[in-house]
Amino acid sequence: MSGYWIGLITILSINVIFAYGIFLAVATGQLNLGGAGFQALGAYAAAYLAMEMDQPLVVTIAAGMIVAGVIGFAISFPILRLKGVYLVLGTFAFAEVVAGLILNSDALGGATGLPVPTFIDWDVPAIAAIVVALLVFWLMSTRFGLVVRSVHDDEVVADLMGVNVRMVRVCAFALGAALAGLSGALYAHAFSFVEIQVFNASLSIYVLLYVLLGGAQTAWGPLFGAAFFTLLPEALRDTLPALKEAVFGTLGIEGASNPPDESWRFVILGVATVLMMIFRPEGLITRTLVERLRPLNRAPRRAPAEAAE
Amino acid sequence: MTQPLLKVDNLSKSFGGLAVISEVSFEVPAGGRLALIGPNGAGKTTMFNLLTGVYRQDVGTVTLDGEVIDAYPSRARIGLGMARSFQNIRLMPHLSVVENVMLGQQSRAKGWRDFISPVTAFGRSAAYREAEDLLAAMNIETRPGDVVATLPYGIRKKIEVVRALAAKPKLLLLDEPAAGLNAVETASLRDFLLQIADTGVTLLVVEHDMSLVRSLCTSTVVLNFGRKIYDGPVSKVHEDPQVLEAYLGPRHAGEKEPAHV
Repeated sequence: MSGYWIGLITILSINVIFAYGIFLAVATGQLNLGGAGFQALGAYAAAYLAMEMDQPLVVTIAAGMIVAGVIGFAISFPILRLKGVYLVLGTFAFAEVVAGLILNSDALGGATGLPVPTFIDWDVPAIAAIVVALLVFWLMSTRFGLVVRSVHDDEVVADLMGVNVRMVRVCAFALGAALAGLSGALYAHAFSFVEIQVFNASLSIYVLLYVLLGGAQTAWGPLFGAAFFTLLPEALRDTLPALKEAVFGTLGIEGASNPPDESWRFVILGVATVLMMIFRPEGLITRTLVERLRPLNRAPRRAPAEAAE
Repeated sequence: MTQPLLKVDNLSKSFGGLAVISEVSFEVPAGGRLALIGPNGAGKTTMFNLLTGVYRQDVGTVTLDGEVIDAYPSRARIGLGMARSFQNIRLMPHLSVVENVMLGQQSRAKGWRDFISPVTAFGRSAAYREAEDLLAAMNIETRPGDVVATLPYGIRKKIEVVRALAAKPKLLLLDEPAAGLNAVETASLRDFLLQIADTGVTLLVVEHDMSLVRSLCTSTVVLNFGRKIYDGPVSKVHEDPQVLEAYLGPRHAGEKEPAHV
């Protein structure tokens, strides 16, 4: 495989795991805008253990997960007291605090970053992404998943049905933080270098968009969202110059224009986001869509008489 | 006489300076069918919210099956044998019919194993089959996989009752089960509720439709401005001067039998 495809599969796998981490919180009705913070925790935990302590890959990646998961668990108690937009701001502030602490820490390299000695190829992230996807699909099919979705829909009724709403939210948030940490640890080893500038606010926004635009009702949503928004800019890489030529041609601007830069991709991404919010506000993949595609459900209705047997 | 299933003793609740429930006491015998009626704003839904722990009473005790339940948080009360429906349908819109009913089983799920074994995938789990069977036994005419948001109102009303039944309650609290239903749907709902009562479940029903109350319930408690003004058989309620006054105003009381009481 060429380097281009290896890089693409690696980043796609990391984004899928990252998106599932945020999805678990969003599925209980909590928008987590602190994704980059949890990913940074995982990445730096792995990088530090690999660089300074010569720990093997298994240990560093597990540590990345555990550090992010434990910190996610600890902060979930105060932070999940917040609701709605305040919760969004709270998680966002958490990510900023993490970034600020790492930036000012000499042990973690500060603004210069940390090199990571142990390199992993595309296969480790890819396998991890498949395992995480299967895990989340399995979780969402259990009673835990049922309860998660109920808490999202109506927490008062869920409580009256016997659900420990707080426990469910804390578990989902902490488990999501651990997955975000895993994606960070994989990032550190796949790119052999971590610097805190990578784990910025727009990364948190992107991963939340993957989940919201993909759809937070089923485990299919983040998978499609992450894949779509990771691959879209790549697909646009070839079409964009042609598009720019056409636009300039229509406007009558002659001569060789510069090849379009990064900002054009963001314009297209922004337009896609707005269109999605208008036409599919609940995300690309909704529960109703999944049910419609399920062969089992195409069976005719059971007649009441037959059902009563 | 055996002890009552539900005993409400001297219950009071105020919001700020407004007394919503004042010194209300009543009993529901096991296997009974009691209607809680009264004009709008009389405190009927507040009473349900006090019983299920959504609100805490200021004064008074609630006893369920011989046990004082005041100290239990709202989520633990369904496990004691008391399940409810809501005035405005509050099914989970993004869950399928069967999943909503499985949520009703929640209070009976115990331990980690119950939480992390699949219930909605890899074939039919025991919980899934139980929910399907309950829906079939209650003659719900729908595909279990249907997402609730897409179903007609009358069916959703019934599904909400079935969800409460999935908890295997001793006492079922129904908040205006017939609100928004037409005459045919109401008749169907009455048969449905009588079928549930026949299985030994005790009913406490808030309802405005008096023909449904007469054909479904045996006794009634009337609330007005948070006070109990009548407690007795349904057949005598329209003769009570205080009830007539509450519904029609003092001038009309005693003049004629009101049309809708």
